[in-house]
Amino acid sequence: MTLHPTSPDFKDNAHRALHDPELQKALGHVQHGFIYKRQSAVERLPEFENLRDAARDLKDHVLKNLDLYLETYERNVAASGGHVHFARTSAEACETIVNICKSHGAKSVTKGKSMVSEEIGLNAAIEAAGMAAVETDLGEYIIQLRGETPSHIIAPAVHLTKEQVEGDFRRVHKHLDEARDLSEPVQLLTEARGVLRQKFLDADVGITGANFLVAETGSSIIVTNEGNGDLTQSLPRVHIVIASIEKIVPTLEDASLLLRVLARSATGQDMSVYTTLSTGPRRTDDPDGPEHYHVVLVDNGRSAMLGTEFEDMLRCIRCGACMNHCPVYHAIGGHAYGWVYPGPMGAVLTPSLIGVEKGGHLPNASTFCGRCESVCPVKIPLPKLMRHWREREFERHLTPAVQRYGLKVWAFFAKNPGLYSLATRTAMKTLAWLGREKGRFASLPLAKGWTDYRDLPAPQGDTFQAQWRKRQRETRR
Amino acid sequence: MSTTPARPRVGLFVTCLVDLFRPSIGFASAKLLEEAGCEVLVPPQTCCGQPAFNSGDKVTARDLALQVMDAFSGCDYIVAPSGSCTGQMVKHFPELFDEPQLAMPARAFAAKTFELVSFLTDVMGVTSVEATYEGRVTYHDSCSGLRELGIQSQPRKLLASVQGLELVEMNESDVCCGFGGTFAAKYGEISDTIVTKKTANVSDSGAPLLLAGDLGCLMNMAGKITRQGKEIAVRHVAEVLAGMCDEPPIAAPKEARRS
Repeated sequence: MTLHPTSPDFKDNAHRALHDPELQKALGHVQHGFIYKRQSAVERLPEFENLRDAARDLKDHVLKNLDLYLETYERNVAASGGHVHFARTSAEACETIVNICKSHGAKSVTKGKSMVSEEIGLNAAIEAAGMAAVETDLGEYIIQLRGETPSHIIAPAVHLTKEQVEGDFRRVHKHLDEARDLSEPVQLLTEARGVLRQKFLDADVGITGANFLVAETGSSIIVTNEGNGDLTQSLPRVHIVIASIEKIVPTLEDASLLLRVLARSATGQDMSVYTTLSTGPRRTDDPDGPEHYHVVLVDNGRSAMLGTEFEDMLRCIRCGACMNHCPVYHAIGGHAYGWVYPGPMGAVLTPSLIGVEKGGHLPNASTFCGRCESVCPVKIPLPKLMRHWREREFERHLTPAVQRYGLKVWAFFAKNPGLYSLATRTAMKTLAWLGREKGRFASLPLAKGWTDYRDLPAPQGDTFQAQWRKRQRETRR
Repeated sequence: MSTTPARPRVGLFVTCLVDLFRPSIGFASAKLLEEAGCEVLVPPQTCCGQPAFNSGDKVTARDLALQVMDAFSGCDYIVAPSGSCTGQMVKHFPELFDEPQLAMPARAFAAKTFELVSFLTDVMGVTSVEATYEGRVTYHDSCSGLRELGIQSQPRKLLASVQGLELVEMNESDVCCGFGGTFAAKYGEISDTIVTKKTANVSDSGAPLLLAGDLGCLMNMAGKITRQGKEIAVRHVAEVLAGMCDEPPIAAPKEARRS
């Protein structure tokens, strides 16, 4: 049911991405747009660093008491007239949602942006049951036209240029006059808005994700910049919220703490344009709203992370700052990661959810530059967690044989300083002699991974330690 | 560290890359430490174990950590001309041991271990160096030093005291150069894309000399710069601070002493 991972082919994916000129052009926006905006938003809020600590502590507290808060949340959703459904797997979650839709005779389902719906393969399940699934977030709408998956958790179409999007609109929106100018993003937005307006009105069921679920009130909270989420959840007869279990926060006050770090970390806004709370179905004195309100809580491997060294990952509030600041993501974009979640957060979460056998490349394809951790609003130690995956791989002998063997030989010498000195002195003197004219090597056997792309500087000669000992002997004389 | 001995015994952890590829950085480090009033010791050493640690081989990482801690047990301080190796010793040695009898000494070891330039400024109180370098330089902030140890102002402060030197900042000096240890070889193509962006920022700064505090990053950037045929010299910051630029720059031929 879920998206078939191509993470095992990470290197091929990355190779293709690096040679895709349109993608490379589009990725320029990630590198510059997000980073400066976040930086300036953070500078405007002196207590931002303290808020990060508080946000981390809050999420840790929730994870330690998750069962308690889930039960409280369920009770309060029921009290407001809604229903909570627990789904252990993707298949259970899809089945639950499809059944709700069918029971209301739904033909058309609108959707707000939701990464967990991508994770469980919800659109395919809805369509397989004979209903239409319509993405209403502009980015999601664009990639749905193209039959693609999101390449970024908050900017799903960030891998595309506006020229590509214009081409897609002209291909699919047959009513478009050729003479109409669509060269600016706002014109594309107006066009999508026009088409989506009728879809909102026609929908029988609206599905939204949730940024937070509030235990004390049984509310779900979404943040959007387009207002599409509001129309998705208030116009149809049925509103279904789909969320993973770690989205719970105890109180509205706690949600407001996380809201203060979320948009600043994500887009550099103080707040997203719309922050929308929904609590149960329409009450008798409400002017509008759905008649039925369901929440599907998805586990899909998360409860197995609790109490392990990967529990910290469940603090993630899906802001995307880690990928916005990642040099590897900047180079290859999100699709190369090969599953739902890209970038540093994906490099930790993907092996947790689909297994390190399939997702093993991802925690290895990091320079450990630490920029992700330095901007994470809930201070997830992403490099450390990626390293833990490398440890699990090493323990289970999943690390490539060449690498294991190389490490073993190196470790043998490194643990024997006498032998090490002898071997390295011989090797360095030889290399220094070989490289004496150019001062570098353009190619060297056993170092192709390096010299294919850059020269290897030649050593100066004898090792420092040998030269130091010599100098000490001479000084003493 | 409550008190600093009058003439502290500093164990120079020279790092395996400096030991093997560029001993001149080791001598420059020793000179800077001696000028700051330290007695420099170089106990027999190999590697801090970071390659094993980052490859998931925790057993080897622990063995090498214990070996380093043992070799430097007689020192007041341990100093390394690298933010990366220092980060391993300061931040990660303590994480390697759950047993209190090993975790305690690992923490004590971490507390007296410093990266070279920040040791000079923050511990020894050095505010200027006796060195001359005529020309413009640009400085790359290596990731571990910057983000694990907070090294950013210290090298700039000392570089500002070098006679004749003008520091010009490149764009995104705090962005990774794509080295990442074994990453550079395992994911060479991605690493290449990252280092290509870095060398473009270096070129755009207009400085003919690139400096940084980590030889791994320097070898990566220098190797790319020579491959691209750019006329930019690359050196460790200690070489300039110590006034020891006699050796040719990294990846440059012996005869060409470009700076």
